[in-house]
Amino acid sequence: MDANRIKQDFQVYEDKTLCYLDSAASSLKPDRVINVLDEYYKKYGVNVHRGVYNLSYIATEKYESSRQTIADFINADFDEVIFTRGASNALNVVALSYGMAHVNEGDEIIVNELEHHSQLLPWQQVAKAKKAKLVYIPLTIEGRITTENFQKVLTNKTKVVAINHTSNVMGYITPLEEIIPLAHEVGAVVSVDAAQGVPHQKIDVKSLDADFLAFSGHKMLGPTGIGVLYGKEALLKEMSPVEYGGDMIDSVEKYESVAKDAPYKFETGTPPIGEAIALGEAVRYIEELGYENIREHEQALKEYTIKEMQKIEGVTIYNPTVETGIIAFNIDGVHPHDAVTYFDGDNICMRAGHHCAQLVTRWLNVVATLRISYYVYNTFEDADQFLTSLKGAVAFFKSVGF
Amino acid sequence: MNNMENLYRQVIMDHYKNPRHKGLVNDEHYHTSHIKNPTCGDDITIQSRVEDGIVKDIRHEGTGCSICCSSASVMSEVLVGKTVEEAEKILETYLNMLTNKEYDEEVELEDAIAYQGVSKFPARIKCASIAWKAFEDTLKESE
Repeated sequence: MDANRIKQDFQVYEDKTLCYLDSAASSLKPDRVINVLDEYYKKYGVNVHRGVYNLSYIATEKYESSRQTIADFINADFDEVIFTRGASNALNVVALSYGMAHVNEGDEIIVNELEHHSQLLPWQQVAKAKKAKLVYIPLTIEGRITTENFQKVLTNKTKVVAINHTSNVMGYITPLEEIIPLAHEVGAVVSVDAAQGVPHQKIDVKSLDADFLAFSGHKMLGPTGIGVLYGKEALLKEMSPVEYGGDMIDSVEKYESVAKDAPYKFETGTPPIGEAIALGEAVRYIEELGYENIREHEQALKEYTIKEMQKIEGVTIYNPTVETGIIAFNIDGVHPHDAVTYFDGDNICMRAGHHCAQLVTRWLNVVATLRISYYVYNTFEDADQFLTSLKGAVAFFKSVGF
Repeated sequence: MNNMENLYRQVIMDHYKNPRHKGLVNDEHYHTSHIKNPTCGDDITIQSRVEDGIVKDIRHEGTGCSICCSSASVMSEVLVGKTVEEAEKILETYLNMLTNKEYDEEVELEDAIAYQGVSKFPARIKCASIAWKAFEDTLKESE
């Protein structure tokens, strides 16, 4: 994969010095995705599912055709793809609709300290409301979820397993292909946060057999404000809407109303139409690049970077065995917020903080971490720019007395 | 080229490594304010004791970056012994200086002037101001 060529697809790289290493927070957006978004607003920016006139027909066609593109992309059926505001919104729908209806007093919900707040907190609320128990999978010494440790907490009381596909802090991939069948054996439902998974590797919801799976557009070269909730048809069918209002309802009487079928009963009000259509374009772009190539490219960058970072004294890497392009680290004795200002001075963008996963930061026994994350447009020149800056940062902070 | 030297002045590093007025007290004469910056994890608690319109003492405790922690220490040194009115004037001047607003250069900021460089690092303004804002809250409580 020629990342230098790919950079040309992104107008933001007109700034030749930009070194963007924060794709796990939000990826950059290629021009062709922006153009599709633009085209919607400029040429047919009207509502879907309502107008009988031609423009609305075009908008509806494109909106629904994007749903089909995404369904094919993850091997789901058309009706199993719900457009949401993002992964957080999608995971909240699962907890509020499925969770509130099916979790009862004394039931157990399995979570873990690696989860993003968007996956953890909705279930914390369900557990509180329903007097259910949140049970944490013990992490290994590396901070991983293993099938073995998952089995330690799986019981006949387990009703829900809320779990990530790829950790946003540690970058580890969860062994879902083993965990999901085990969960199903005890009759539990598995809700997967795949926000860090879908941008980087092929996910087939049927072969994975996930019950719910959520991801965000803006982490996979698409717009903000759009995400996807996949749910198995049988589960979605009996679930209640979370929000009521326009577009989601079939018939309305004075005291009763009947909601549409999935996915529409979960898409209340005017959806982010242009964003949904542009997400379809992002999917096509990823498919053209090819997941195999993306994985291979990110692996190579990660391997090289970790190997070089390990040569620098005064740097601690928290996930040296990671299998994805996410590297969590700190400069010893330097608060990440101090460090990140140094990198910013070299036009290198990275994350500093707890990455919306306070539990794992606490698990690491640090106040916060630095994180770089690679994606399709990152080059070995980016890696070198980062490594040079890292060496400079270590020397600088030492010189001023850290 | 990185211009980090503008930010990490000697005074700042000195207070970061050897903080003054550090540690909270269990005394009802003190008013307490706790501020967290959830995006970066800065977490600071400020206590102040005001008597007869004079800031008699300031205490601080918390975790955060060097700018955040040192500014709590510098603030304590600058403001203790000032009248509430003087302290409020310094506070206002300091916050205006950080945010690139017009400020009264006649007001003596003492060591707090070391944070002038922060205004060139917009992402760090919050770090340099949360201790001061927490102090402001304790003053409101004393009123």
